[in-house]
Amino acid sequence: MSWFEKLMPSRIRTERNGVDKRQVPEGIWSQCNGCNQILYRAELERNLDVCPKCNYHMRIDARRRLDGFLDPESREEIAPHLEPIDELRFKDSKKYKDRITQAQKATGEKDALVVMRGQVLGLPLVAAAFEFKFMGGSMGAVVGEKFVRAVNVSLEHHIPLVCFSASGGARMQEALFSLMQMAKTSAALARLADARVPFVSVLTDPTMGGVSASFAMLGDIHVAEPNALIGFAGPRVIEQTVREKLPEGFQRSEFLLEHGAIDMIVDRRELRPRIGELLAMLGKRASVA
Amino acid sequence: MNLNFLDFEQPIAELEAKIEELRYVGDDAEININEEIARLQEKSRNLTKSIFAKLTPWQVSQLARHPQRPYTLDYLERIFTDFQELHGDRAFADDAAIVGGLARLEGRPVMVIGQQKGRDTQEKIRRNFGMPRPEGYRKALRLMHMAEKFGLPVLTFIDTPGAYPGIGAEERGQSEAIARNLFVMAELRTPILCTVIGEGGSGGALAIGVGDRVFMLQHGTYSVISPEGCASILWKSADKAPDAAEALGITAERLKELGLVDGIIPEPLGGAHRDIEQMAATLKQTLVQQLDLLERTPMDKLLSERYQRLMSYGHVKEG
Repeated sequence: MSWFEKLMPSRIRTERNGVDKRQVPEGIWSQCNGCNQILYRAELERNLDVCPKCNYHMRIDARRRLDGFLDPESREEIAPHLEPIDELRFKDSKKYKDRITQAQKATGEKDALVVMRGQVLGLPLVAAAFEFKFMGGSMGAVVGEKFVRAVNVSLEHHIPLVCFSASGGARMQEALFSLMQMAKTSAALARLADARVPFVSVLTDPTMGGVSASFAMLGDIHVAEPNALIGFAGPRVIEQTVREKLPEGFQRSEFLLEHGAIDMIVDRRELRPRIGELLAMLGKRASVA
Repeated sequence: MNLNFLDFEQPIAELEAKIEELRYVGDDAEININEEIARLQEKSRNLTKSIFAKLTPWQVSQLARHPQRPYTLDYLERIFTDFQELHGDRAFADDAAIVGGLARLEGRPVMVIGQQKGRDTQEKIRRNFGMPRPEGYRKALRLMHMAEKFGLPVLTFIDTPGAYPGIGAEERGQSEAIARNLFVMAELRTPILCTVIGEGGSGGALAIGVGDRVFMLQHGTYSVISPEGCASILWKSADKAPDAAEALGITAERLKELGLVDGIIPEPLGGAHRDIEQMAATLKQTLVQQLDLLERTPMDKLLSERYQRLMSYGHVKEG
């Protein structure tokens, strides 16, 4: 950081971390992180942010994710107004309060989870999706609370729950409160399981730490997108601990499938029909729709 | 530098050294120096009191990891009788980083589960520095199910830097093992009493930490991430660990204020390791007292209160 940047209050300073150097300026063109192809943005979006050339699954915004997944009619957002509170007045190089404001401006979301009640191929359900751009999809009190409300709507109407996770884990700025969200969300799922309401966990890139070690690994069915990074500890931490090079494809979806942690890997463009079919069968329906 | 003492305890160490010296001289000296020794001992006690009255969170974190700090097995042999250790997860291995088994607490049978660190190098390695692998959590889960089946209360002792970040641990589903414990403990039909006796390291600690009551020893810590880890991510430098410890609010006192733990169990002056017998006695008293309360509560009430307690964690703004 230069002396000039240090002078500026953290509120105005722009976040540099996480900005990919290869990123092409926002606009008409995007570059694939997999094959480096320059892609026409509109075409990419039609393809649900999957590279048409190499099938690389890019990270997708929570709202666009739900938009592509749910039927267009009868959608209703659950608890859209919940906002985080900086209970600890956490401050590192920057105030947590300012980080929240900045993330809200950048994403247009109040926090990192969006929940909707709707239908997939006519089958009523509750769907939740993480907004990874909101502080790395980290789980704090709002994410935990929204997840519990999603579970409660599922319980009340006896309709399945589907969650698309994309998260670095617990939100450090909420300290032990964020850790406790792991227990909170898991307890809610225990009630859902008691009521025999299906929960499908969709693991997308990346699903790590406290999110992976709680509700994301408690699905009746675990579906992963291709090549998603899924695990408890981050690869760098593991490498530093064991002091050896990690095997090729370590903690990727294919690795998890091989080791028995997930049921299937499904292409993003196939998620809607596949999950619809799974839920129809769990609900003993003769056919989807 | 005396290794029995931490950095911030060095003034006490110096005084203690002086007292030792005097004792040595005292044996063959003609003058009576007992008075002088007593004076210095009084001074040392006061100095310890004043240093321990204003510990920083970072200092507490060093105490929680003190190499001489009592571990689960140290308490087990002092508080319980007839301990029968039960081994293995019935699927892969026995993880020595978690110990568990049946024991009696003042005559009544209970299930005890705790993380265990090693004392010497060999044991440290065998117990993987108290960092459990999935098989450890699955062993704990097996014992909890057994406790539920036979109506025995579960007492857990938390003391871990965290779940082990290793290749094998990931291959065998570290995330799922932790998640499963949270899921099951939320509804386990038997009282669960958890105590943080040293380090409460993140998800690895929480995986045996969901219960009806959570207590902390006075100089224990409980955190979502280690101060060093947090500092290297948010401050980009592990040297900022003292700042991170402060910001994370990892001490028993702070967590009690925030309503995240139910009570603090006082430690002997200078920390649990200065007088393990006294510490064990205080801890035992709390465990017996709390277990009485929990066992008198009807199971459905207990479970609904456990659930409400979990739901109350964290506050949000209804915008």
